[in-house]
Amino acid sequence: MSQLALVIDLNVCVGCQACVTSCKQWNTSGQAVALSDQNPYGADPSGTFFNRVQTYEVGTFPETDTIHFPKSCLHCEEPPCVPVCPTGASYKRKDNGLVLIDYDKCIGCNYCAWACPYGVRELDEKEKVMTKCTLCVDRIEDLSLDETQRKPACVLACPTNARLFGDIHDPESLVSQAIAQNEGYALMPEWGTRPANHYLPRRQASAIDRLLSETTEQQRRVKTPSDSEGQGS
Amino acid sequence: MTVDPVLVAPEHKEEIKSTTCYMCACRCGIDVTIRDGQVRYIEGNPNHPLNQGVICAKGAAGIMKQYSPARLTQPLRRRKDSERGQAHFEPISWEETYDILEKRLSHIRATDPKKFALFTGRDQMQALTGLFARQFGTPNYAAHGGFCSVNMAAGMIYTIGGSFWEFGGPDLEQAKLFVMIGTAEDHHSNPMKVALSKFKRRGGRFISINPVRTGYSAIADEWIPIKPGTDGALLLALCHVLLRDKLFDESFVREYTNGGYLVNDDPQSPQFGLVIHNGIVPAVNPHRSHSQLWWDLTLNAAISNHAPGCEPALSGRYHLPDGTPVRPAFALLQERLESYTPAWAESITGISAQRIEALAIEMGTVALKQKITLPIKWTDSWGKKHDSITGNPVAFHAMRGLAAHSNGFQSIRSLSILMSLLGTIDRPGGFRHKAPYPRGTPPVYARNPMGPEAIKPNTPLAGAPLGFPSGPDELFIDKEGQPLRLDKAFSWEYPLAIHGMMHNVITNACRGDPYTIDTLMIFMANMAWNSSMNTTDARQLLCERDEKGEYKIPFLVVCDAFESEMTAFADLILPDTTYLERHDVMSMLDRPISEFDGPVDSVRVPILPPSAECRPFQEVLIELAGRLKFPAFVNDQGERKFKNYPDFIVNFQTEPNSGQGFLIGWRGKDADQSMVGAPNPDQWAQYEKNNCFYQHRLPLEQQYMRNWNQGYNQWAVTAKLRRYPDPVMIQLYAEVLQRFRLAARGHGERQPPESLRERIETYFDPLPFYYEPLESATSDKQRYPLSAITQRPMAMYHSWDSQNAWLRQIHAHNFLFVNTQTALAAGIADGQWMWVESAHGKVRCLCRHSQSVEPGTVWTWNAIGKAQGAWHLAENANESQKGFLLNHLLKDEILDSRGRLMSNSDPITGQAGWYDVKVSIRPAKADEKEQSFPQFKSMAPLPGRPRIDIPSQAYVAGKVHKK
Repeated sequence: MSQLALVIDLNVCVGCQACVTSCKQWNTSGQAVALSDQNPYGADPSGTFFNRVQTYEVGTFPETDTIHFPKSCLHCEEPPCVPVCPTGASYKRKDNGLVLIDYDKCIGCNYCAWACPYGVRELDEKEKVMTKCTLCVDRIEDLSLDETQRKPACVLACPTNARLFGDIHDPESLVSQAIAQNEGYALMPEWGTRPANHYLPRRQASAIDRLLSETTEQQRRVKTPSDSEGQGS
Repeated sequence: MTVDPVLVAPEHKEEIKSTTCYMCACRCGIDVTIRDGQVRYIEGNPNHPLNQGVICAKGAAGIMKQYSPARLTQPLRRRKDSERGQAHFEPISWEETYDILEKRLSHIRATDPKKFALFTGRDQMQALTGLFARQFGTPNYAAHGGFCSVNMAAGMIYTIGGSFWEFGGPDLEQAKLFVMIGTAEDHHSNPMKVALSKFKRRGGRFISINPVRTGYSAIADEWIPIKPGTDGALLLALCHVLLRDKLFDESFVREYTNGGYLVNDDPQSPQFGLVIHNGIVPAVNPHRSHSQLWWDLTLNAAISNHAPGCEPALSGRYHLPDGTPVRPAFALLQERLESYTPAWAESITGISAQRIEALAIEMGTVALKQKITLPIKWTDSWGKKHDSITGNPVAFHAMRGLAAHSNGFQSIRSLSILMSLLGTIDRPGGFRHKAPYPRGTPPVYARNPMGPEAIKPNTPLAGAPLGFPSGPDELFIDKEGQPLRLDKAFSWEYPLAIHGMMHNVITNACRGDPYTIDTLMIFMANMAWNSSMNTTDARQLLCERDEKGEYKIPFLVVCDAFESEMTAFADLILPDTTYLERHDVMSMLDRPISEFDGPVDSVRVPILPPSAECRPFQEVLIELAGRLKFPAFVNDQGERKFKNYPDFIVNFQTEPNSGQGFLIGWRGKDADQSMVGAPNPDQWAQYEKNNCFYQHRLPLEQQYMRNWNQGYNQWAVTAKLRRYPDPVMIQLYAEVLQRFRLAARGHGERQPPESLRERIETYFDPLPFYYEPLESATSDKQRYPLSAITQRPMAMYHSWDSQNAWLRQIHAHNFLFVNTQTALAAGIADGQWMWVESAHGKVRCLCRHSQSVEPGTVWTWNAIGKAQGAWHLAENANESQKGFLLNHLLKDEILDSRGRLMSNSDPITGQAGWYDVKVSIRPAKADEKEQSFPQFKSMAPLPGRPRIDIPSQAYVAGKVHKK
């Protein structure tokens, strides 16, 4: 069984929030429920986001680090949110490990959100159903999309390529290698949830970093019809 | 959730169209999915050279901009019974709008064209807006560069012939050490993020020098906190160490800079400090002589520069055959740098001398010991053939952090000199130019008018409104030496104000200094809020009346897409479209999106029809230009030449049959030419087919060393990027500045007024020097001990995004970030209401303790705070109730050493010194109102746009049925 996941590289995340809004725009018109906004033009605007970036400081001036920390559903291998669901709305896909919600069955009781130690589930105030990251299941499984586009919106958007997507059960995958070679870690292992998503810490550049740099280079260098190599010399 | 492979029911129609983003000035390629006529998704275009498929938080929130309730929807006229600023308007038709404008503007044009002033907040449509002003005949035109980063442009262009952002940048693909100085997150943002990540993953070392650790600095391998406005001192000390330890690229300095040029060293001579010009060199550029002399040590004689087989002395004192004492320019630089020791810089910058030493040694060592050699053959401007290109892989980036200080020009010259000493200019791993740069130091392509005769009724301006003066003769002044532009750019007060001085316009026009105007047209500039240094005063000045009861600025036209603070003050509002509803060009005549390896331009095409009555500002200008019968816009019969903006873009040529137009791609009848060629009626379609951009890759031998690359410069002339193919010499020694200084000393026909002699003498130093920013130098530092600065958050761009429902959830209000120790010493708790006060004003705001800011600095996110009721936000919105604008602490004017009011700007370039303010902090009292201060009377809603309380919304494109 594969386990899809995000590996988020804190060594290059600049906290730009591209993942936050690209997620919102894809999913509000996607197959998930609409992601509502409360007081969108008023006091204390708030809304449903599947993904948020928290920023915090570590250390004391001048030895300070500013850490940008993107957080969304970690698609745990032992998700505590699933067994507590009274209607079976929360479930884990057997084939790829995604933790998803069947909105038809969700009664908005919030049990799953209380069970989640990471605080990544958000009850949509308007729809009154529980929402969270789906890893853009309606992109990654949409065969009508070009293969390079079958990735979560946040991964495609991320300007620093800090968000890697793949199968962490496949030891050969880029995400598995990135975790193995860069001391990738999961959040709060003491809870026994075995989060699928991992984080890569701040570090000096390593061999996998060079591989990542080259891989993204190849993916992004697309030849276009208007290339005019050497013309005009 | 069950997975249904059919995402959109068959009855829904989806299509994807490509265009160019404009959520900020980065201009990424985007693919927009439209579902049933509504925007479903905006993603980065993977085929676009600029952003390579990625997108930022703003770009991905474009939907909320498109459908914002703050959109202006119809032309509006201030109601006769209302006062300016009350925002009481009545809708009028476009026909009536055009009639009003045509009547008023044609009268101004026929009588005194300078009484029309056009200032634009956004600066990437300048080829058209500048042409409009020039054809109108007014010099009173500029974009917002004087407020933004003109020091960066001027300091670098006058030194190395190019500057950061569109015109050049760090070559992070090949660099090994990257040093970013000051805030720079908001310019060239996505490409910089892409490059920075790859750079780090390749093992590059990233050092950030910044008072604040946020944004890109967060991922720096090392953060070096520095006191604001002291960058120049650090940079000079770095140069000092490089010279002292011989860690500079000496052969680069000899060949490619003016370091070897001989300078007149006779203090009695009217030529003192000028470079000697009498070598024998054919005149390639009539405006720029290249006949400077070197001193050859073997011959022990002066010789023409770059004489074959020779090399110049960089030190010593010599005499020419006529007895004139001379010294190489480099010797003067070396002498200047002697006193700028790391110990000297430590006390100014707050960075230890040890750290400065180590930093300089690291830079010099990487530059000289980790050289890159590319096996690329090329020929230099003097005909010498080279087998390879060398790179010294140290790259830099800086923007407003250095620029927005009144000592910014000299600081940025110091940076340019540091980069040149390291031998990194247009070389692999260093700084690389982007077309149309490099150009001269300074360029000659745009020449401003030089006297009052340039302004004549019903006649285009004789010159470009903005140019690059190379001496007092090229100032735009009258016989008495007084300014001819309303903003006083190119006058003795601000001689090199190459981007104009938007921040002076309202004050000067109201004061009638140098003269009054009739009509001020403002495009997308929030002068009543964050685009003024004197926000409260500017709002009052806009409403000020003369003794006859008339407004001092009689007619104010505002074109914008949104209900900004500024629209409240308009007499006439022109509703602009969004970027998804218009044609637009990122032109080579302007600020294109070129890459290091060659010119790139791009277009914006409409993805959606214009909303309501909105019309693109470009179309308004083309319409008015035709109605006003500007020569370039009518044919010989006086009939309108261009039917609309797209037609204008395709058919306009810079001169009759020049073949040079707004777009470089697919020119010629058969679309087979680039750069130059006859108009191609099918050009827009070609761009659309090609992801909305045209990319021209230069052959490898023309991709580097372009300042001195014969092949490149010859091509650049045929491509009309340059007028002349002469080399662009690095000005370690700025002869242009010395020309002004000599005038101040009583030489030449044009001399500064007595009151300005000392100022010109002081600041127009041809050698880089450090001085404390004007405002902080005159501040009472006992009372106001802290510096206050701003940065833009990456997820918000200025005031543009406060109307955006998604982005405002990320930044609905701002805090003042204060170092924890500093805040505690002042008795201010984290999250507490506090006061921050300068000599000019005070602001009540919320405090946030931080360890990521040096103790002598407080800072906040720029322009998150809004005026109540503006941007169609509720009256209790966070932006106005908790958010604040730091500009309330600033002042647009400052007393000079003679007690005269001058613009609070760099005395060389007129760059607004808005990072120079000094402040104090104290806690707010417990019984005070928990609300930001100052507050303004709530802005009234516009006709047909009532502010409805929307408790909740959920956007779904195309109203697809959802559970």
